[in-house]
Amino acid sequence: MALAAAREIQDGDVVFVGIGLPNLAVNLARRSHAGGVQLVYEAGVYGAQPIRLPISIGDPCLVTGALQVMPMAETFLYFLQGGRIDVGFLGAAQIDRFGNLNTTVIGDDYRRPKVRLPGSGGAAEISWLAKKTVILLPQKRSKFPEHLDFRTSLGFHEGGRSRESLEAPGGGPERVITNLGVYGFDPETREMVLEKIHPGVTLDEVRAEVGWPLRVGEPLGETELPDAATLRLLREELDPKGIYLG
Amino acid sequence: MTKLLSMKEAIERFVQDGDVVAAEGFTHLIPFAAGHEMIRQKKKDLVLCRLTPDLIYDQMVAAGLAQKLIFGWIGNPGVGSLHAIRRAVEKGLPRPVELEEYSHFGLLCRIQAAASGLPFMPLRNYRGTDLPSVNESLRTVQCPFTGEELAAVPALHPDVAIIHAQRADARGNTQVWGLLGIQKEVAFAAKKVVVVVEEIVNEEVIRSDPNRTLVPGLIVDAVVEEPFGAHPSYVQGYYDRDNDFYVTWDRVSRSAEGVNAYLDEWVYAVSGRDAYMKKHGAALALRLKPEPHPARPVDYGLYR
Repeated sequence: MALAAAREIQDGDVVFVGIGLPNLAVNLARRSHAGGVQLVYEAGVYGAQPIRLPISIGDPCLVTGALQVMPMAETFLYFLQGGRIDVGFLGAAQIDRFGNLNTTVIGDDYRRPKVRLPGSGGAAEISWLAKKTVILLPQKRSKFPEHLDFRTSLGFHEGGRSRESLEAPGGGPERVITNLGVYGFDPETREMVLEKIHPGVTLDEVRAEVGWPLRVGEPLGETELPDAATLRLLREELDPKGIYLG
Repeated sequence: MTKLLSMKEAIERFVQDGDVVAAEGFTHLIPFAAGHEMIRQKKKDLVLCRLTPDLIYDQMVAAGLAQKLIFGWIGNPGVGSLHAIRRAVEKGLPRPVELEEYSHFGLLCRIQAAASGLPFMPLRNYRGTDLPSVNESLRTVQCPFTGEELAAVPALHPDVAIIHAQRADARGNTQVWGLLGIQKEVAFAAKKVVVVVEEIVNEEVIRSDPNRTLVPGLIVDAVVEEPFGAHPSYVQGYYDRDNDFYVTWDRVSRSAEGVNAYLDEWVYAVSGRDAYMKKHGAALALRLKPEPHPARPVDYGLYR
C-alpha cells in the first residue's frame, strides 16, 4: 500500500501529508523517485525533512530541518484554501463508490452511534480543496458499503458532474489504494474502477470485500512488486521498527 | 507588574465551573500539567474546546469535568481511539458529554474570527457533506462582491485559554518555536489567558529576539513556570513526545478502572508537576532528551 501510494507522487509535487501510512508513503517517495517533493503537514510545516519516521503528524522531527514553520491558520488559509496543494492524502473508515468518505460515526443515529470515530480533522477541507486526493484504507466489505453512515468528506458526490456542480475548487479523488488493489475513477460516471490487483490476490477476493457491484478495468493490471533497493529503504531506513509495515 | 502564579493559584483564579476552556497546542506543547490541576480541583461542567482533544481531554472527560467538547478530531494521534471520550459519548459514562464537531479548518476559523473581533469567518468548505446537518453553526454566507456562496462559522470566545510555551518573561511576553498550532489565535480570542512555560526569562532575553514572541504580555493574565508541564506531549528542543505513553494510554484507557487507577496514581496522589516528575524519576527526562541542534543566530542590527 505504501509503495502504491508513493507512486502517486510526482517529483516537485506539494503534498499534504496525513496521519498513518501516508507518512511512510510520502517519505518513501521523497527518498526514492521524487526527491523534489515538498511535504506540507497541517500542523504548520512546509518542506519537512524528517530523519525518523514521524509517529504523529505533529512530531518534532518534522520541524527540525524544515523550510518553514507557521501557524496552522496559514497552512489552511494560504496553502490549502490558497490552492497550493497538489496532492492530499486521506484515510477513512468507510468509502462509497464515488469516493465519498466517512470518518465520523458508524451506525444510523449520529447522536447515538455504534462507534464514534475521530471525525474530520483536516479531511473535509483537504478533500474539498486539494487539486487531487489519494485515499488509503484497508479493504473490508463493511468499509466499502453501498451507502455511507455519514458523509464527512466529499469525493465525487453522487457521481457524474455532481462534484463540479457544487463548484468544488479541488479535483477530487484520483486513486484509492487498499491492501488488495488500486482503484481509479471512471472519467464520465466517476465510479470507482479496479485498475490493479496486488500479486497473489484474486478478483473474487476483491469482489467479496466490496459492498456494490464492482466495476473492473480492462485490462486489469497487477501492482508491480518493489525492487530490492526500495524494500531495503522501507524496512531498514524508513520503518526499521515496523511501526507501519508490521 | 509580575503575573507569576503557581499552577494551583492560576487554575483556582482563572478557571471557573461552567467555563469554555481552550487548553490548546497541536501535538506540541499540550498543557497537561494544567489539565491535571483542573482535575485535582474538581472543576465542573466545563465546555472543553480543542482542535484535537488528545489525552489531556480524554483524562478530563474520564474525571467527569466536562459537559461538552468542541473539537475537530477526537483520536489518539498515531495510535487510535480516545476510549474515555468514547465511553462518555457511546455509554454516557461517567457522565454524558455533548459533542460539537468541526473540521480543523472550521474550528480554527471560529477562533480566528473571535481573535480578529469579527462575528464570523467565511471559508470554502463542507458543500455536499453531512457536517452542516449535525452542527447548526456551520452555515453559509453570500459574498457581497462575487455573489458566490461560502461556508461561514461564528466567532468563538473561550472564557480562558491555557497555552504552554518554551519561555516567557514575568509579564507574559511569550516565545515559542516549533509547531505553533492555534495558540496565538486562541490567546487573542479568549477572555483570560494563562501561559505555562518551561522557563521564566528576563525581558532582555525576549527583546533580543522579538520575532519569536507568539503572544504579547498585553493579553496574558497569569504566567506559570512548570518545567515538563507538557509531558507526555513535547516541547521542541527541551523534550521529545513520550510516544510510549500514548501507546500505553490506549491499553490503560480501555476500561474505566484503568483510567481511574491512572488518575489516582499520577494526578490525585501528586501535588503538582514537580511531584509528578519526582515520581517518574530522572530516567524519564533522560529518555526524552533530544540532541542539541541550535539555530544560527540572526543579527537584528542596532539602529541609533
